[in-house]
Amino acid sequence: MTISREDIEKVAVLARIRVDDEQVSALEKDLGNILDLVDQLGAADTDSVEPMAHPLNAVQRLRADEVTETNQRESFQAIAPATENGLYLVPRVIE
Amino acid sequence: MHNKSVAELSRELESGQISSVELTQQFLDRIDQEDGKYNSFITVTREQALADARAADEQRAAGNVTPWTGIPFAHKDIFCTNGVRTTCGSKMLEAFTPPYDATVTANFRQAGAVCLGKTNMDEFAMGSSNESSHFGAVTNPWGLSQGEKRVPGGSSGGSAAAVAARLVPAATATDTGGSIRQPAALCGVTGLKPTYGRVSRYGMIAFASSLDQGGTMARTAEDNALMLNVMAGFDPKDSTSLDREVPDYTATLNEPLKGLKIGLPKEYFSDQLSPAMEQQVRNAVKEYEKLGATVKEVSLPNAKLAIAAYYVIAPAEASANLSRFDGVRYGYRCEDPKDLMDLYTRSRAEGFGTEVKRRILVGTYALSAGYFDAYYLKAQKVRRLIQQDFINAFKEVDVLMSPTTPSPAFIQGEKTSDPVTMYLEDVFTIAINLAGIPAMSVPAGFVDGLPVGLQIIGDYFSEARLLNAAHQFQQVTDWHQREPQ
Amino acid sequence: MQWDIVIGLEIHVQLATKTKIFSGSSTAYGAEPNTQANAVDLAMPGTLPVPNEQAFRYAVMFGLAVNADIERRSVFERKNYFYPDLPKGYQTTQLERPIVGPGFVDIELANGESKRVRIHHAHLEEDAGKSLHEDFHGMTGVDLNRAGTPLIEVVTEPDMTSSEEAVAFAKKLHGIVTSLGICDGDMSQGSMRFDVNISLKPKGSETLGTRTETKNLNSFRFMEQAIAHEVERQMDILEDGGSIVQETRLYNGDRDESRSMRTKEEANDYRYFPCPDLLPVEIDESFIEAARANLPELPDARKARFMDQYSLNDYDAGLLSSDSKLAAFFEEAASHAKDAKLVANWIQGEFSARLNAEEKTVADSPITGAQLGNLVVRIADNTISSAGAKKVFEALWSGENDNVDAIIDAKGLKQVSDTGALEAMVDEVLTGMPDQVAQYQNEEDPKKRKKMLGGFMGPLMKASKGQGNPKLFNEILVRKLGG
Repeated sequence: MTISREDIEKVAVLARIRVDDEQVSALEKDLGNILDLVDQLGAADTDSVEPMAHPLNAVQRLRADEVTETNQRESFQAIAPATENGLYLVPRVIE
Repeated sequence: MHNKSVAELSRELESGQISSVELTQQFLDRIDQEDGKYNSFITVTREQALADARAADEQRAAGNVTPWTGIPFAHKDIFCTNGVRTTCGSKMLEAFTPPYDATVTANFRQAGAVCLGKTNMDEFAMGSSNESSHFGAVTNPWGLSQGEKRVPGGSSGGSAAAVAARLVPAATATDTGGSIRQPAALCGVTGLKPTYGRVSRYGMIAFASSLDQGGTMARTAEDNALMLNVMAGFDPKDSTSLDREVPDYTATLNEPLKGLKIGLPKEYFSDQLSPAMEQQVRNAVKEYEKLGATVKEVSLPNAKLAIAAYYVIAPAEASANLSRFDGVRYGYRCEDPKDLMDLYTRSRAEGFGTEVKRRILVGTYALSAGYFDAYYLKAQKVRRLIQQDFINAFKEVDVLMSPTTPSPAFIQGEKTSDPVTMYLEDVFTIAINLAGIPAMSVPAGFVDGLPVGLQIIGDYFSEARLLNAAHQFQQVTDWHQREPQ
Repeated sequence: MQWDIVIGLEIHVQLATKTKIFSGSSTAYGAEPNTQANAVDLAMPGTLPVPNEQAFRYAVMFGLAVNADIERRSVFERKNYFYPDLPKGYQTTQLERPIVGPGFVDIELANGESKRVRIHHAHLEEDAGKSLHEDFHGMTGVDLNRAGTPLIEVVTEPDMTSSEEAVAFAKKLHGIVTSLGICDGDMSQGSMRFDVNISLKPKGSETLGTRTETKNLNSFRFMEQAIAHEVERQMDILEDGGSIVQETRLYNGDRDESRSMRTKEEANDYRYFPCPDLLPVEIDESFIEAARANLPELPDARKARFMDQYSLNDYDAGLLSSDSKLAAFFEEAASHAKDAKLVANWIQGEFSARLNAEEKTVADSPITGAQLGNLVVRIADNTISSAGAKKVFEALWSGENDNVDAIIDAKGLKQVSDTGALEAMVDEVLTGMPDQVAQYQNEEDPKKRKKMLGGFMGPLMKASKGQGNPKLFNEILVRKLGG
């Protein structure tokens, strides 16, 4: 299976990773090879097989609705790249 | 002292032969002197370790002891450590100091163990050679004497190299597709990947959530058992953690192996395996027969599809798991972003390494519109076929045995040019993660002076049996005691 | 050309749980920014979600209230997109296996007819944080306190054909979730947000037109306006021979204008897949039955009871039963006053007018149901006139005094109902107005006579310093003037 430059550029936008032209060329080859490997899946007969999202046949446990957390803003924001007045700052978002 | 196991050191501390402070100091000095050759540590926490050792000695004096009180060890740098930098081998987290502990980290703290630092690893645990670390490749202690710089395997290459080089008696590790067993095999140490859900994943930085599992690395099976006693157990903070009784894994180490039924999956003795490697593995199986086990051939017909399924599922999950690294709340942020898109795309392009980006892109592609069914859904179906193979095999036998890797440790740089060649390193380990069952790698001989690992695979929650089988083997062999020159 | 309007709604309902859907952080509104965002809410590395049982209980209660199937096994999925208010880079939501399956709600229209609106499904998901766009030197500030607040998103079938129906449905849903107690219903704080899907098709056509989605409407009024605005916009385009672009639009209620939300064309490829950090949630019969057993009274049942118990008419009962807080207020008032109809009139008149004028809800009312009930008691027993009652209401509302009788005394509002005293006043007034008396007595037309009676009331009220009982004055007048 080949993957086109356009596909790579589209996927890179979705994944929010900047790639330059040179990287796109390398990725074209590497991702193409990986997809060739993955294409072996086509050989398997999976017609009546239920997809397996999880290794264990277990069900979700639910938590009681009790507040267990305290304010730790100071310690979390000490490791943040940019904050002001308790807010995380990002370049202006235009909706 | 540095050649002693955790069990032995525990007895030394108990008898008062040595204090934790003295022991910690010795290992710290050894790291200082030796680790320049291996680069197995990203961070060494000297001051904190000595303070913890003093506290451990006080605990002992007060009569508050566990087998781990005062024992030096190391954490793979994927486990969050409150107040200690946790990088996951990435530039993205080069300056990240979490204000919280992983459950595994907290458990060792609680047990009184003394963490000496954080071990090197492939970036975000993506790799089989420890060459994708932002903090430089790790060199395998084996092969250095021949002047060769070989890989320690990955992603837990730092933990494996540090244990092999006797810089610590034990280290935590994680395994998503072979990241404990493959480096354990290549470095000649003993490693265990438990059943999925046995060890809490809380605070263990996620690669692929349905495959990741924390585990153990040490020189002996007994030490692995001691580690698992601390690590295993239900954690209310991890929804995928299983509420199931934890046995004392050391209690059954000495059970006789008479009557143990061993299966050899024929697909794992294929032409991918060199004759010399195969010979070592078959010799190991013969030892088991001497111990009273019976051996038969079994088949895992879908095993050959494991790598293909894995390289859809793991990147797909990773592509979402790594979206949180966006330069907003923590971690690397690019200089002077001109707008939001620039902040995202440049922070992530600069903060992640090549292999991580490659996998995020593959995963994004596999989940994108038009490909979801052909890739993701198909892989999940194949995953069930693979699991079914194991379920069927364990109807016939108690454990499966195979080589851990197709070949011994390779030279650094040998497989970095083609990702697919690197991926094939995990050909014998990956199916185990897809099924979620436990497996170990145990030192079982040498080829050209390089260690060979025997993989022992068990049914769900059979860690005690695996450790028992490995321990009994280590009573009649000394591969695990060999020291790299 | 004649057009059919097709409307479907997606409603985000914030659940009134104490903690977030996947963490033990508080959901209380109005805290300092990021003080209620813990490691899980901030998507710190290695952190994991653990779902809140109460969110599931509330979702099940909702499902039962809208006659829906409850899915015994529901699955969380990840919806992937990047936005600063979405810390994980994906929203944990439900797609293939939502907790609430198909159901329906019956709404009543102004013409008295009832209409069924089908619910396609409702799913549980987490809310995002908030972006604050002003005052940070050209930067946007992000507050993640709201991130992880549990929501149910209710998705209807495109069963509504006018803004009237859409608003009636929205109000009905508001009444249901507040009656259930699963949402505080405070729209000004974003507790309920509406997305409206609108399309037009030629009258009678079977084929649906291209739809647009107008997002995040947070009042019934804006919703009504936004629908009218969008219908007109689409109609203009279609009648000019143009075609509708499928897009998300943002409506500005203050300016009554809307615009496309996507500034540049970007494919929405959310790459949904089952969240591997969470297992399938299984809801068993006992959980559902326990929820059913604890269901509070819902608006429809309450309306029927109001008609029966208080002899209210359909309209009054419908209005007072729709909102649980209003209904409780009414019942408290009615428990003091016997005249439920008079209580209903006061709630719909003076009380509602004051709430609206001050943009308050029943919850922030300065007067209690008991106070209004006592006020109605004094109206009914003729202690005060309706003019006096308004003065008492004013005093209660302003907080001047909280006791109805004390206000009546202090302000001297007690009516004079002593017939002897009133008769004397009437005699005196009639004596002073002989022309008007003669005019009245010569009039044949009873209608005109009645009107002329009013001419005597002013002087009588003046003579009694406003305290004469108008009803009694009226009776005495009629008698004295000779029918």
